[in-house]
Amino acid sequence: MELGYLFSTILKMAALIAWIYGLMWGLKHKLLWQKALTVILAFAVIQAAFLIQFGDFALFSAFDQGLLFQAVSMAMVALGLNLIYGFNGQFSLAQWSFYGIGAYCAADITYRWTNGDPSGLLVVGIGVILAAVALAGVGRLLRLKRGIPVLSAFTFYLVALVAAGLVAVVAGRAIAPALVPLFGTSAAPGVLGSAFVRQIVFFLSVLIAGAFAAEVSFMFGLPVLTLGSDYFGIATLGFAIVVQTLMVNSDTILPFPEMKGGRGMIGIPKMTSWVAAFIFLLVVVTIVRNFVRSSTGRAAMSVREDETAAKAMGIDIAGSKLLVFVVGSFVAGIGGGVYAHYIGFLSPATFSFLAGFNPLIIVVFGGLGSMTGSIAASFVWIFFLEGFLRVLLSQLGTDAPTWRFVLYPITLLLLMLIRPQGLLGSVEWGFLKPDAIIRRLKGGGPAAVDQKERA
Amino acid sequence: MPDVNATRPLLDIHDLTKFFGGLCAVKNFNLALPQGVLWGLIGPNGAGKTTVFNLVTSLVQLSSGDITFSEERIDGLAPYEITRLGIARTFQNIRLFSNLTVLDNVRIAYHPHAGYGLSDSLLRTKTFATKEKELTEQALDFLSIFKLEGIAGETAKNLPYGEQRRVEIARALACKPRLLFLDEPAAGMNPREIMELMDLIHFIRDRFKLTILLIEHQMRVVMSICEWITVMDFGEVIARGTPKEIQGNQTVIEAYLGKGAASSAAG
Repeated sequence: MELGYLFSTILKMAALIAWIYGLMWGLKHKLLWQKALTVILAFAVIQAAFLIQFGDFALFSAFDQGLLFQAVSMAMVALGLNLIYGFNGQFSLAQWSFYGIGAYCAADITYRWTNGDPSGLLVVGIGVILAAVALAGVGRLLRLKRGIPVLSAFTFYLVALVAAGLVAVVAGRAIAPALVPLFGTSAAPGVLGSAFVRQIVFFLSVLIAGAFAAEVSFMFGLPVLTLGSDYFGIATLGFAIVVQTLMVNSDTILPFPEMKGGRGMIGIPKMTSWVAAFIFLLVVVTIVRNFVRSSTGRAAMSVREDETAAKAMGIDIAGSKLLVFVVGSFVAGIGGGVYAHYIGFLSPATFSFLAGFNPLIIVVFGGLGSMTGSIAASFVWIFFLEGFLRVLLSQLGTDAPTWRFVLYPITLLLLMLIRPQGLLGSVEWGFLKPDAIIRRLKGGGPAAVDQKERA
Repeated sequence: MPDVNATRPLLDIHDLTKFFGGLCAVKNFNLALPQGVLWGLIGPNGAGKTTVFNLVTSLVQLSSGDITFSEERIDGLAPYEITRLGIARTFQNIRLFSNLTVLDNVRIAYHPHAGYGLSDSLLRTKTFATKEKELTEQALDFLSIFKLEGIAGETAKNLPYGEQRRVEIARALACKPRLLFLDEPAAGMNPREIMELMDLIHFIRDRFKLTILLIEHQMRVVMSICEWITVMDFGEVIARGTPKEIQGNQTVIEAYLGKGAASSAAG
């Protein structure tokens, strides 16, 4: 049993890595039908694996499926963090908090919706849109005048944001009662209570959660990113603690009794199907890749390489850091939304700042500045730590699973000694590779052959 | 030779002063750079030459004084705004983006002129495709001017010293400046590389119609290519003139060699 399980888990890990490779290889092709075919095939392979079952034996047991969903949401968080830390060079411990913010935000929306209360979607949805408009407007106004200190700018943004929030709350509460009758009863669900509408609300809630996390990160990053990298790291630690404290007390000092504070939020509809998780993963991978492989992405990398030189090259480094931070948090928020609707239960303990080191470890493990590394490491990490260490060690006795937190740091230490640049260094696969011109200039290797084939 | 007393200098520095705590690094520094001149800024170590560069490019905040660039006040602007107005620089200790390729180093300098926004790059619109291709081709053409096209795909940190200098100058020029600051470009170069560098400076000046302000310790370089020279010592300007005048200037010789040595050299 033990050996069998070990082998099967290693096989599954290898298969998933191969799956990622195949997906990236397929997506790099130019034509739309090639991309579409890849996406459908990649989706179908996993879906089929889920369905293969002979009596007791399941290729992907419910437990493995759970790991896969965790890995997918972890991949999103890690990609976002890699953007911030790996490509922009800003050490952040707040990524996990934005993941938590996204999870709670999305969960609250769908929780209320399934209980016949549209106010969550209305208030947060309107609020996110109004806030975006308000922030953009204030940003434009501030650009008219030069040399505004960052804290003054922050105050203007904050006032605009509070105003937008108030309007959203008032408007949402005013509209909500009109919609309530459309939900119908549990026996005879109305239009808004139907499964189809609930699916739409779920997708919206995840996107809104991303936007919400992005807006919070904008407000946090604006003053704090002006600090040097180390000080910024400490500030993000503070942020992580604040967020967790708010989660623990969400039913007392925050007006969200349904989040149930430290006891954890239960009853979140489990709506993350493999389709949804896969779609969001693709969206996130595409966002991150398109961002990195653009002039804006190169500017972000120049900030990591040498801030002074970047300034002298005409790069607005404060703007670049803020933009990357916001995009990274957006991605984390989406990951949180996906996670919440898979697990169905949110506990503040999940989002403690100690757990916040996990995505950091994954990013370093996979290779700073390697998107492929972050995705692959998320899968490997979850299956390694949660999959076989937990299962294998639990067969040795009840206390044994604790040993995984000894074994896995040792693994990390070994990796850092043997391969300090991370598992994949700066290697990228297919879709995530740098633009063709760089590969051609570097010459030789499979990339050059690849070029000739296409030409 | 351009007229130094032209009414409208390209860069006009007036009474520039900088204190680091109690230390006066630059004191009442005045400089009017006419369009198209190649001006040298020399002085013993610690005279405040690099500080002047840092003050003009806003990497360091000035204590008092004002700076005008093509009739626009630029003191107090952010460094990136100054670069976008047309002042580019190189650094004393080379500051390339060392883990990126030479091509990317140049493409980063093109970023303000990229011509597409975040939404274009996220959605991969037509604008993105065409502009990105244009930008890359421009960067490659640009590198070929400096005969660097062969190493465009190399990672910057793997290049030999002399080439890193050339890449850094090329990168500064990719910012499309009208005024270029070169901070000790000949530092650490052998005589042959110095000859090549001098040719390069003449070449870029003619080709890009640049005004150049140059800090250099190699007197051979300064005396042979600069048209005008300002000499600094302890944060103050002690002399200004053509290379010939500077070579015979008693104060300058004293600043470099000390009082006794200067009088014995004269005697």
